[in-house]
Amino acid sequence: MTTLTARRPRIDSTNGVWLALGMTLIIGGILVATDGGSLFGQNSTVSLLQRAAGLGIVAVGQTFAILAGSLDLSVAYVISLTSLIAAETMAGSDGRVLPAILAVVAVSGAIGLVNGLLITKLRINAFIATLGVGLLIKGYLEQGYAGPAGSVPVSFQHLGYDRVGPVPVAFLLFIGVAAVAWVVINRSRFGHHLIATGGDLDVARLSGVRTDWVLIRTHVICSLCAGIAGLYLASRLGAGAPRVGAEGGYDLESIAAVVLGGTVLAGGKGGVAGTVGGVLLLAVIDGIFNQLAVDPFFKQVVRGVVIVAAVAIYAMRLRRKVVRKAAA
Amino acid sequence: MTVEAPTGPAALGQSRRGRWGAGSIAPVVVILVLLLVAVGIRQPDFYDPPALLAFLKRAAPLIILAAGQYFVIVAGDFDLSVGSLVTAEVVIAARLIDGDPGATWPVVALVLGFGLLVGLVNGLVTTLLLVPSFITTLGMYLILVGAVYTWTGGSPRGALSEEFRMLGRRGIEGVPWLGEIPYAVLILLVLAGLAILAMRSDFGKVLLAVGDNPRAARLAGGRVAGVRTIAFVVSGGCAAVAAILLGGFGGVSFQVGAGLEFTAITAVVLGGVVLGGGRGSVVGAMLGALTLQTLLTLLNLLGVAGALASAVQGLIILAAVAIGGLRART
Repeated sequence: MTTLTARRPRIDSTNGVWLALGMTLIIGGILVATDGGSLFGQNSTVSLLQRAAGLGIVAVGQTFAILAGSLDLSVAYVISLTSLIAAETMAGSDGRVLPAILAVVAVSGAIGLVNGLLITKLRINAFIATLGVGLLIKGYLEQGYAGPAGSVPVSFQHLGYDRVGPVPVAFLLFIGVAAVAWVVINRSRFGHHLIATGGDLDVARLSGVRTDWVLIRTHVICSLCAGIAGLYLASRLGAGAPRVGAEGGYDLESIAAVVLGGTVLAGGKGGVAGTVGGVLLLAVIDGIFNQLAVDPFFKQVVRGVVIVAAVAIYAMRLRRKVVRKAAA
Repeated sequence: MTVEAPTGPAALGQSRRGRWGAGSIAPVVVILVLLLVAVGIRQPDFYDPPALLAFLKRAAPLIILAAGQYFVIVAGDFDLSVGSLVTAEVVIAARLIDGDPGATWPVVALVLGFGLLVGLVNGLVTTLLLVPSFITTLGMYLILVGAVYTWTGGSPRGALSEEFRMLGRRGIEGVPWLGEIPYAVLILLVLAGLAILAMRSDFGKVLLAVGDNPRAARLAGGRVAGVRTIAFVVSGGCAAVAAILLGGFGGVSFQVGAGLEFTAITAVVLGGVVLGGGRGSVVGAMLGALTLQTLLTLLNLLGVAGALASAVQGLIILAAVAIGGLRART
């Protein structure tokens, strides 16, 4: 029994999503081709990758939070806030791009710090803490802004519009962020502590991991990723937008992408590679439906079904593995 | 996520936590009284019975939603689908009734049935397919929003009949001293009574045990999957009732239920119920919803605009939960 499972390439939750992605690409490609279009044409590929970039960067940050056994519901508002900070600081001038980026890093990092401190020092449940912080930022945004504000110089719009061949620069940024995250999670001491904390907080603490400090850093990283996504959206829109994050549903969608990628919501299991797969899968489904000109709202129905079905399959595999172990 | 059932010292000894710790309703009662006093100072005629009843009428949908959400949360789960369910129900009702008074009662029955069905699906997917409820109900949220938009082609159609709206708007008129007793308040009282009875029954005790420690509950012979599923059905049913009342208050739009899932969860937590399950009372959850509604009323009276209100709301929730958490530790 054990030798059999050892020889067969194991499909666990994080590489399962790549299999699903491959199958979706093949089936979707055929469907679109019979419809007379092309899923792999220049235009559709570019817009597909473009869409994946924004959500992807947020989802990488969310992966950290979920791996640590936490989660961040404030990211959508952080995105809106940082897009405004970026655009207003730049105010259309090339020379102010760097200060704007620094301001975004400072503000998003500070929000992550507050999230982390609320969760660890005041012991507020992560769901409520980040929801409360999100409400605070939402209030500030709605009070201060009625519509788009600030403006982004043309030089900064390269981030949103340039591309290398069919690959947008923003997508490369997403892959870069994901690669750094992969190294941090899999190769650094912090990464190991992160997994340990998410796996079992008490065991990690008793083993000498400073779990509070791990969680605080995790939330700073998560918010910073949302800040980067805010910069990207500001560059894409040419201005800051007070509702771009909430309307894009980045909070729940990023969590969905992470879970779709096989990271366990309870923490401690999964990784950033799965998240990249999850983000791409969502983007490909989007792309297929766009090409087939299916009702845009129906897309959301399919998305909901896919997310639940994927997690159900992971859960089933996990259960089988446990049963096998128990039998052995 | 930090919603696992508490284990170790925190799960033991109800006595050590005392009257102020997690799960207790004392903090929410204090906050509610303070807010009610503040509202009374600002608007002295708030305490006239008719005004008070009108206030309760407005609060009824949120209190009912919070009661439903309580059953799910105390068993250690989440229901993120209730906001979209409320929207779906109102839009469905409007399209099916389409101004025809004769269709009212069949549609009311259908709306209730649909709510229970959505809850049943949530419960079965969570317990049989072992999908975390956060994901199940998030998926259901996407499905309901998408389906409703698809079905109506992007904007709500039809109209609710006057009979349908009566449930949320009107009441028994000409009652001495009280004036009008709104139907919404009567429905609220009945449901609140049922919820309290349910939590005192064996079902309620098993539900609490499941939320505290599902494994122990199962080993002790509790039908864990069964009670968790029922909790979701209750939540779906409550969302349906809330939708009927909300449909009476306002117009038909896709915004009716927007964000209500978070408001309901917030209300429940404000009422001293612990996310992750096992602790807290349904009375606390309903008081939490009443407190939240009072807070919004007060902010309104103080002239704090809708925008800043959400910031104040966020701050007060953080403060209330933080104080609860710190007290639980000492």
